[in-house]
Amino acid sequence: MIPNKFDYERATTVDEAIKYLVEYGDEAKLLAGGHSLLPAMKLRLNNPVKLVDINLIPGLKYIREEDGNICIGAATTHYEIESSELIQGKISMLSQIAGSIGDVQVRNMGTIGGSLAHADPAADWPAGMLATDAVLVLKGPEGIRNISAHDFFLGLYTTSLAENEIITEIRIPIPEGNVGTAYAKCLQPASRFALVGCAAVISKNNGLCDNVKLAFTGVAGNAFRDRAVESALAGHAPDVDNITIAAEKAAADVDILSDHFASEDYRRHLAKVYAKRALMEAADNL
Amino acid sequence: MVGLRVKTFANLGAYLSTFAPCVPTYLHGTLLQGLYTTPAIHVDVTGVFTHTTPVDAYRGAGRPEATYLLERLIDKAALEMGTDPAELRFKNFIPPFDGVDQPGYQTQVALQYDSGNYGPVLKRAMEMVGYEELREEQARGRENGKLIGIGISTYIEACGIAPSAVVGSLGARAGLYESAQVRVQPTGKVSVYVGSHSHGQGHETTFAQIVADKFGVPMEDVEIVHGDSESVAFGMGTYGSRSLAVGGSAIMKGIEKVLEKGAKIAAHKLEASENDLEFADGKWTVKGTEKSISFGDVALTAYVPHNYPEGLEPGMDFASFYDPANFTYPFGAHIAVVEVDKETGKVDLKRFIACDDVGNVINPMIVDGQIHGGLVQGIGQALYEGAIYDESGQLVNGTYMDYTMPRADDLPLFETDRTVTPCPHNPLGVKGAGEAGTIGSTPAVVNAVVDALAPFGIKDMEMPVTPEKVWRAINNKH
Repeated sequence: MIPNKFDYERATTVDEAIKYLVEYGDEAKLLAGGHSLLPAMKLRLNNPVKLVDINLIPGLKYIREEDGNICIGAATTHYEIESSELIQGKISMLSQIAGSIGDVQVRNMGTIGGSLAHADPAADWPAGMLATDAVLVLKGPEGIRNISAHDFFLGLYTTSLAENEIITEIRIPIPEGNVGTAYAKCLQPASRFALVGCAAVISKNNGLCDNVKLAFTGVAGNAFRDRAVESALAGHAPDVDNITIAAEKAAADVDILSDHFASEDYRRHLAKVYAKRALMEAADNL
Repeated sequence: MVGLRVKTFANLGAYLSTFAPCVPTYLHGTLLQGLYTTPAIHVDVTGVFTHTTPVDAYRGAGRPEATYLLERLIDKAALEMGTDPAELRFKNFIPPFDGVDQPGYQTQVALQYDSGNYGPVLKRAMEMVGYEELREEQARGRENGKLIGIGISTYIEACGIAPSAVVGSLGARAGLYESAQVRVQPTGKVSVYVGSHSHGQGHETTFAQIVADKFGVPMEDVEIVHGDSESVAFGMGTYGSRSLAVGGSAIMKGIEKVLEKGAKIAAHKLEASENDLEFADGKWTVKGTEKSISFGDVALTAYVPHNYPEGLEPGMDFASFYDPANFTYPFGAHIAVVEVDKETGKVDLKRFIACDDVGNVINPMIVDGQIHGGLVQGIGQALYEGAIYDESGQLVNGTYMDYTMPRADDLPLFETDRTVTPCPHNPLGVKGAGEAGTIGSTPAVVNAVVDALAPFGIKDMEMPVTPEKVWRAINNKH
């Protein structure tokens, strides 16, 4: 219940935060909403020596449209995304994902950047990032680099974020044409994380799916795109029969997580069910 | 039902806590009569030491286990015989008895029930849920692949713990009476020092209501003092749904003593005979006249005894002890309606109906609150909760991120009602409401799930009935 002893610093600029990261290396940890980090510290699964609070850094909380992208500041809370009219209008699935996270208190405090950096295998955001081909903007001592979400999630709590880097922005390309999106989530009943979360993006042209993107979270060590389902539905009409056939191919080639809420075979089954539910809802939203 | 033979193995954990061996024995074995006339009952309990956490009493303690056994069994029997589970219950209920004109009901497992009228609670619960129409809806749903389940549970419990002689004969080294001190202040305000601690049960309200009602004073003139051993002389505690039945009865004894002494003072002041006085609306009146003296004036006189009955002690302050003559036996009927998602195995609790009989009710809102809280705990056990250990003995779900507590959004709005069968042996006629919800609700939910899964030939489900278990049962994956 009580974390190990740590020092607390409050950064007022991104560069100051990076300075601490450079100085303390893996002994430092950034504190944003704290809704993953603090419980981990209380269980002493995470024992930072230096806690760097980035909540007072101005200019990390925003949602705006820019060059065909939705740009979200890394310290934007889940609630701000859930309630953003811009996001609801352009990519409603992202609001849906935000609204499915934890409870009101968690959504008021937790941030999208914090969730992505933490890379909990059951967090909701990674599926949304993969299904929308999002790009993460990272800043480190060497400057800024952009990384595709596809190259970001490496494994269980592991990302390609370097020790001395900080996520500053998430850029999500606004889909063009006739596009439907949806997020279907089977709640882990205790934590309300995703036991299985499935983000689906369908674009339709002449009655057929010309592009299908489907990403899972909660199923394996990290979120992933399920190309087998995508290619099975692409080129077909997004109707219940085709969606059912495609969804049956879900989570075929991944190492599936197993815990007391869902064994491996049940989780694989849930992946199929929630792939179908996400695709059906995305098709409805076309 | 002609006989019941029960063999129970109880996990007591790695060490014995104070009450651990009592729960599966005295509190479980003695409740196996249920509401039924079963003429022969045998129970054999083996306590087992394991590597798990030591156990102790948890809301209901032993009675939920007995109720679960009986109520699952009667549903299984109904299924085997092709009878409606409600009908089988009605057929086997003990006939009504009030414990006054008719004697209490002697069970086959030591206890003697105080009073009971079991048919009406189930009948009322069935009316509330719309039982006949719901069965029709269930049948229509099944034709369309919709898995609706209706689960009934009735229960009786023994609470208002406990007659000291009885618990002494079972090995307890304490008496389980309760004490209360009723002190009327010179101002006519009343302080009551109670041994039953209150930490959210609302004793301050319920006890104050009793005192205000009996003395005819405003509730805000009554102070309930508890939980401070510097001011409360003695107390045995709050547990076993006893605070009102036992603690409240101790207060009643103090109230009677105050009124008795007050009548002597009033008679003296009014120059009348005690027998000619009546006490109502906070004053003693000489019958048939308008001559009266208020409760407050009598209280002041007791502390300023200038014009005072000869030989009577000054003051108005009485400590009382109440040792119950018997346990009290609340009962009720609960009905759960569930819908099972065939694809995922998730159980959705659509409705929950509880018709309970806790004897006389002092504060309906507080009783409802106790029932609601109890229901949530009982439903939690049926669907979500349970300590899970891995093969090495490590507790797997040791935090609330992993241990599923029922939440408001998991639950429907509860539909509750009551019948009233007063307890014949305590002055308030009350039985106890703190644990009833937990005792009756669990088997109702599991019966509903098993009922929903009947089309698959499923006859039993182990608690907690998690989605994966249901999915495995439906798909025959074991």
